[in-house]
Amino acid sequence: MSYITELDALSLGRAIASGEIRTTEATEEYLKSIEEQDGTYNCYVTVDGDRAMEAAKEIQARIDKGELSDSPLAGVPVAIKDNMCTEGLLTTCSSRILYNFVPTYESTAVRKLRNAGAVILGKTNMDEFAMGSTTETSYFGPTRNPADPEHVPGGSSGGSAAAVAAGECAYALGSDTGGSIRQPASYCGVVGIKPTYGTVSRYGLIAYGSSLDQIGPLTRNVSDAAAVLTAISGHDDKDSTSVDMPAKDYTQALKKDVKDIKIGIPKDYFGEGLDHEVAASVRAAADVLKAAGATVEEFDLSLVNYAIPAYYTIAAAEASSNLERFDGIKYGYRTEDFAGLHNMYKKSRSEGFGAEVKRRIMLGSFVLSSGYYDAYYLKALKVKALIKKAFDDAFAKYDIILGPVAPTTAPKLGESLSDPIKMYLGDIYTISVNLAGLPGISVPCGTSTDGLPIGVQLLADCFNEEKLLRTAFTYEQTK
Amino acid sequence: MSDYETVIGLEVHVELATKTKIFCGCSTEFGGEPNTHTCPVCTGMPGSLPVLNRQVLEYAIAVGLATNCDITRYCKFDRKNYFYPDNPQNYQISQLYLPICRNGHVDIKTESGVEKAVRIHEIHMEEDAGKLIHDDWLDASLVDYNRSGVPLIEIVSEPDMRSAEEVIAYLEKLRMTISYLGASDCKLQEGSMRADVNLSVRKVGENEFGTRTEMKNLNSFKAIARAIAGETERQIDLIESGEKVVQETRRWDDDKECSYAMRSKEDAQDYRYFPDPDLVPVSVSDEMLDEIRAREPEFREAKIVRYAEEFGLPEKDILLITENKHLADIFEETVSCGAPAKKVSNWLMVETMRLLKENNLDPEDIRFSPAHLASLIDLTEQRTVNSTVAKEVFEDMFKTDCDPVKYVEEHGLATQNDEGALRETIQKVIADNPQSVEDYHNGKEKAIGFLVGQTMKAMQGKCDPGSVNKILKELL
Repeated sequence: MSYITELDALSLGRAIASGEIRTTEATEEYLKSIEEQDGTYNCYVTVDGDRAMEAAKEIQARIDKGELSDSPLAGVPVAIKDNMCTEGLLTTCSSRILYNFVPTYESTAVRKLRNAGAVILGKTNMDEFAMGSTTETSYFGPTRNPADPEHVPGGSSGGSAAAVAAGECAYALGSDTGGSIRQPASYCGVVGIKPTYGTVSRYGLIAYGSSLDQIGPLTRNVSDAAAVLTAISGHDDKDSTSVDMPAKDYTQALKKDVKDIKIGIPKDYFGEGLDHEVAASVRAAADVLKAAGATVEEFDLSLVNYAIPAYYTIAAAEASSNLERFDGIKYGYRTEDFAGLHNMYKKSRSEGFGAEVKRRIMLGSFVLSSGYYDAYYLKALKVKALIKKAFDDAFAKYDIILGPVAPTTAPKLGESLSDPIKMYLGDIYTISVNLAGLPGISVPCGTSTDGLPIGVQLLADCFNEEKLLRTAFTYEQTK
Repeated sequence: MSDYETVIGLEVHVELATKTKIFCGCSTEFGGEPNTHTCPVCTGMPGSLPVLNRQVLEYAIAVGLATNCDITRYCKFDRKNYFYPDNPQNYQISQLYLPICRNGHVDIKTESGVEKAVRIHEIHMEEDAGKLIHDDWLDASLVDYNRSGVPLIEIVSEPDMRSAEEVIAYLEKLRMTISYLGASDCKLQEGSMRADVNLSVRKVGENEFGTRTEMKNLNSFKAIARAIAGETERQIDLIESGEKVVQETRRWDDDKECSYAMRSKEDAQDYRYFPDPDLVPVSVSDEMLDEIRAREPEFREAKIVRYAEEFGLPEKDILLITENKHLADIFEETVSCGAPAKKVSNWLMVETMRLLKENNLDPEDIRFSPAHLASLIDLTEQRTVNSTVAKEVFEDMFKTDCDPVKYVEEHGLATQNDEGALRETIQKVIADNPQSVEDYHNGKEKAIGFLVGQTMKAMQGKCDPGSVNKILKELL
């Protein structure tokens, strides 16, 4: 890493604002870093070097004219997960079925970043349609973990997390449907936030599970995460599920003070299946916060074991419908030889989707089908409501819930795909957060004896991102 | 055949008259080059999201209130999943579990005087699909998404109708109610109102319904009547010959006057309906209901009664004027400008109708303002213009909504009220036409008509024939 690529996003932004570093110089450095390293890590599906340099020149010209002075991220290079539509730039969802899809429109989160003066370096690799926990289901090959390339970076935002960790971008956007920001952040040793459902517009985010998907930042530290969240959040008329509330400056929450914070640790999160090194690191993180003045208690969250079946029912059901539009008719992959319309649908989709996506489409179609809807889909919705209630009860007593992000550190490449059930069980600590719509953050809290990063997960009640960021910031500054 | 009773229920799709589509800002205007009224939302592009057009909700509620429905105060949209190229997302956003209106009814009266209530099971909101064009020359199918996302309501009746006559009375009633609300123009021919007919037959007196079929592609009242007759006969023939009616969807071919099977119940798809997670549930507030109720217009039935009482118009006039709300509005506004009701009615029934027909227009297309019609009527009442001139002025008013007073002035069409000048002209006409004068004196009453005509001609029509007649008789 060079001096420039070692800087966190806000520090780079300050250096650009002061004229110490030029936007073009920063962009060049990052493109060089990508060229040098991405052959190993495969963080990117598309690197948009020429246009990134053009954008860098334009932004630098604006900064020179005194514009963008209110934007701390102006001129800072960013990577975008490849499930967010970028106008005029290939957007694949790491799927063969969208191998040639160039949107004519911009997702709201990306548009907001562009307006804030961001330089978009390219699109990052992911599990196909965000379905997976390792970034191995990508049609464009797996991404490798910069901490140890024999290991996965986590997923589905594995390309974004690895790019931040490897210095292939200053920060990145990911999306989180069941842990897809927080888990790769934990595996790669970076910070990742899944905001409260409705905080960041989903317009232009190619949907997996619409009622669970949220876009969020992957960054070097908590302060960057707060700044990026400030830039991308806010009400959007184009997304009915976007919450209509005044814009917030989340960086205001970055204070080293947890004396008023009551932290609950769910006992259920420390049971069977949790790696003892992970458990020890997470408990140590709780001790740091306790020493900083927070109250820390253990409690029973309950219903933890019901989250996985409820999640895979709801997410798969929504996915089965969301992915119907990929039929080879209007855009994307179409099979070469076919006999009639239905054969074209079948062949295009059979050849265009990978195994994990097909598995979830079939599962989702089954739980919605006549005669099974009540038994599976409706029941899952009821479980979702009960899980939300369990969190409501917990947040009546605690400001923050603290626990692990994942049961283990990053597995080796190839270990997970052979056993999908085991892979699904790895989501146990992250998915209930999506079911309840809560905000969650993953912050690095240690390294295993074999050198792999470990993250601690903090959760807050809906729209309490400030408390979440303040606690995470205090931990990061104190540890 | 008379031992059988026909049982009919209707599913009526109505295209709502919103300016923009149900879930995006694209224009709903009919026509336009293919795929020009489109955006990422109505073409189902990845990452696009639907946002409900509030006007759709208001129209649906207004129709529900006018048809005595319960309004669902917390309603949702559901996805109906099926693959077809005219459906860009391969699911249609509709309502299954919590439709906006339920349990309504409309009172109908048929031509032959049968009065009954037809119950409405539900009304739900949904989006229209695109249009497929099969190009034989290219041997390819093309899709036009201009219609994709145009808002529809589907009005589902209970199986309460027993004849084509009742069906037509029901459709007429819906058409009149919905068009009075301004929620749709309800044109069957143009597809802004589409009816699917569910029909079964049973022996008179039986309580159980027979097996029903659903008929599609009915685009006129006449086609509906023929299809009902045809399908009734087909089902009775099947039963009489010991066969069974199969539950299926049939397509009516109005040219061949027969229907053929499209798909049977066995082929029915599993639509895997579930609540659309992209749309938040809709809460209908008391205020919203009150506002919509307050905007409810006076419907045709009430107008018919009131026009007879208030204006003493003949029934024929009332039925014609109230056939269309825009026409009725023009009538009422013109009368409120001070014009006599019967005169207004005459202008609307005769000249307006003639010009509409000649120009192939609908009453909706009338552009002249009631104030201008009132002042034209005033000009004729004051005998400022005679009826021939008035018609000429009206033609221009119909086209350009000109101010008749200005028009008459600018074109010098006002009747000469200068009696001296008129007398002079008449004296000259008498002097120039001794033969006619003699004929008149010899008892040929008709001769005076010729003299009136000559005077009018000499005055370039700018005089009142009554006055001419009077002065002529006096001078002769």
